Amino acid sequence: MGYQFDFSMVVKILPVLWRGVLVTLELWVICLAVGLVLGFFVSLARISPFAPVRLAGRSFVELFRNIPALIQLIWFFYAFPILIGAQLTPFVAAALGISLNTAAFSAEIYRSGIQSIERGQWEGAMAIGMSRADTFRRVILPQVFRRMLPAFTNRAVEVAKVTSLASVLSVHELMYQGRVLSSTYYRPLEILTTVGVVYLVMIYPMTWTSSALERRMRRKA
Amino acid sequence: MQQYEWDFGAVLAYWPMLLHGLWGTVAISALAILFGIVGGGLVAAMRMSRHVALRTIGTAYIEFYRNTPGIVHFFWVYYALPVITNVKLGPLEAAVVALATQSSAFYAEVLRGGIQSIVRGQWEGATALGMSRADALRRIIVPQAARRMVAPFVERSFEIVKTSSLASTLAYGELLYQGMQIASITYRPLETYSLLALIYFALLYVLSSLAKILEDRLQEA
Amino acid sequence: MSEIAPSTTDAPILRSENLRKSFGPIEVLKGIDLDVKRGDRIAIIGGSGSGKSTLLRCLNFMELPTGGKVFLEGERIGTVRTARDGSQSVTYSERELMSVRRRVGMVFQQFNLFPHMSSIENVMEGLVTVMRRPKSEARARAAHELERVGLSDKLDVYPGRLSGGQQQRVAIARALAMDPEVLLFDEPTSSLDPELVGEVLRTILTLAEDGRTMLLVTHELGFAYRFATHVIYLYDGVVHETGTGEQIFRNPQKEKTRAFIARSSEFSL
Ligand SMILES: Nc1ncnc2c1ncn2[C@@H]1O[C@H](COP(=O)(O)OP(=O)(O)OP(=O)(O)O)[C@@H](O)[C@H]1O
Ligand SMILES: [Mg+2]
Repeated sequence: MGYQFDFSMVVKILPVLWRGVLVTLELWVICLAVGLVLGFFVSLARISPFAPVRLAGRSFVELFRNIPALIQLIWFFYAFPILIGAQLTPFVAAALGISLNTAAFSAEIYRSGIQSIERGQWEGAMAIGMSRADTFRRVILPQVFRRMLPAFTNRAVEVAKVTSLASVLSVHELMYQGRVLSSTYYRPLEILTTVGVVYLVMIYPMTWTSSALERRMRRKA
Repeated sequence: MQQYEWDFGAVLAYWPMLLHGLWGTVAISALAILFGIVGGGLVAAMRMSRHVALRTIGTAYIEFYRNTPGIVHFFWVYYALPVITNVKLGPLEAAVVALATQSSAFYAEVLRGGIQSIVRGQWEGATALGMSRADALRRIIVPQAARRMVAPFVERSFEIVKTSSLASTLAYGELLYQGMQIASITYRPLETYSLLALIYFALLYVLSSLAKILEDRLQEA
Repeated sequence: MSEIAPSTTDAPILRSENLRKSFGPIEVLKGIDLDVKRGDRIAIIGGSGSGKSTLLRCLNFMELPTGGKVFLEGERIGTVRTARDGSQSVTYSERELMSVRRRVGMVFQQFNLFPHMSSIENVMEGLVTVMRRPKSEARARAAHELERVGLSDKLDVYPGRLSGGQQQRVAIARALAMDPEVLLFDEPTSSLDPELVGEVLRTILTLAEDGRTMLLVTHELGFAYRFATHVIYLYDGVVHETGTGEQIFRNPQKEKTRAFIARSSEFSL
């Protein structure tokens, strides 16, 4: 146990890790944005009055939720290009996989949110002559967003963690930089610990927000 | 674009490798679930301990794992931990340690939720029925808490099965790693990874159907 | 109600002929004829499950009738299609239903206010999204309606912070803002604490003084007696007896009506 933790190593690698952080953030923001928007439309498909549309939505969700995210990323990088006959960069493949994965999980958040709104809200709006579309947009959705905010921030946390899998495709994000540095300097303890701490610092504010929101909602209810 | 000629036969010829991989996935998952539950009990006990120090450690443990990606844990256990302990772990051991420590954090939260619902339990209703506290605990409060814990418990265990695919990054021969080998032997990544996705999907879908049956049984009981 | 009271000459605003509604195999409304003239105030009474709510909900097409005809200002609601085999069916366009619901307002037992909007925003909502009024105009109109129900001091308060009686008055203001030709009330005081019932009933009475056309489902028979120009006793999906308040409450002709009124303990004229 006489190992000396080399703090100078931590300082030395920080600039490289910072470059990784920027890529992680980029991937995070893109996948979260695309996933939340796409997930909304998938949730609409999930509650559609047309059975085939409903089935398509359900299949999408089940497929992406029941397959490990890592397999999805690898599939989009190594398999999907053969299908479409065009090579994807690692970043695009990773972004595609994570976005669709996020869409599947957020679709379920939207869906349970929409279904949790009482029928009376639809009726109250219908009774003043509002269209279904207007009712959905002005009455139902704002309440869904409010009610599901903790679940959405939770999803954001998960997405941040999933971006680390892109290192397997050699996307130059934080985990990838950590892996490369660790094998370059033979200092895995210092380097991998630092990577962990950087993730912690990046993600913790999000989980904190999520639980704070949850606590606040429980107090209100 | 030229029509791609699918050939699952070339991939399926290597079915013994896939079977071996499936076994690896099941082994890691089962061990991690087992140790994870034990560890989860310990962490939950610390988290709810009367002693501030233990409580702080428990909380820190849970927060650390909630806020860092799984792949970091895998690499840290495999490459960094031996630096401290001077014991080199094999890929299987490392994967199980990483998964089990990580899932103890999540199981601990499931247990805590269940135990808290026992503490908050509906004593009034039960004692109003003329039951003794012990009877109420055994016949009403504990079964209710157990029922409430089944769903999150099953969900966590699914996460473990999916996360076990990360062991491939340590070159352990679970399903994904075996698939990667087959893909490079056959030059058929599209078929191989699609098949892998299908196997995982089937595995998790079957498990989730079983879990649903179990849950329904418990609901009736 | 032309057959029971010598009424004004103008045509009915709202009229139903042989109105029927089934849920699956169960027929809840078994052919209801109704004539509502301008200024009529009709109280609908009857036992639980007799179809009172369903009748109201069919009149503003929250539920689609499964048979019969509904006329609003003399115009038949829905489009009749004749299939090749000669059978007829009625279809409704969403546009038409929206317009009917705007013209036939409804106030619910559970208020159904929008919790994420303040009182005034609740009342403005229909003016802005349905009537396409400019915001400033809608705001002025909404403030006016809230003043009418005695809530000028609660404009920016959210429903969660209002009492049940106040919430119901906001709901009434929200309905009034749409200038409905007929206003439907489905047990507007049933979910209120007893001490809050009075303020809502008083609000409804002031609407009566303004000459509004209203249909009210209620278990408050005493109020129905004071409020109504006509009373309908609904039994098992049909109009069992109808007449003025005086006729129905003081001198019911049918055995079941008499029994129902005798059973309703809260009835004190
Ligand atoms: N959406 C529906 N689906 C199936 N049955 C329904 C539906 N709505 C109402 N019913 C049935 O129709 C019958 C009449 O219901 P309705 O709500 O109109 O009664 P009501 O006279 O308003 O009773 P209450 O005084 O209890 O409010 C009841 O038997 C009810 O169960
Ligand atoms: Mg009713």
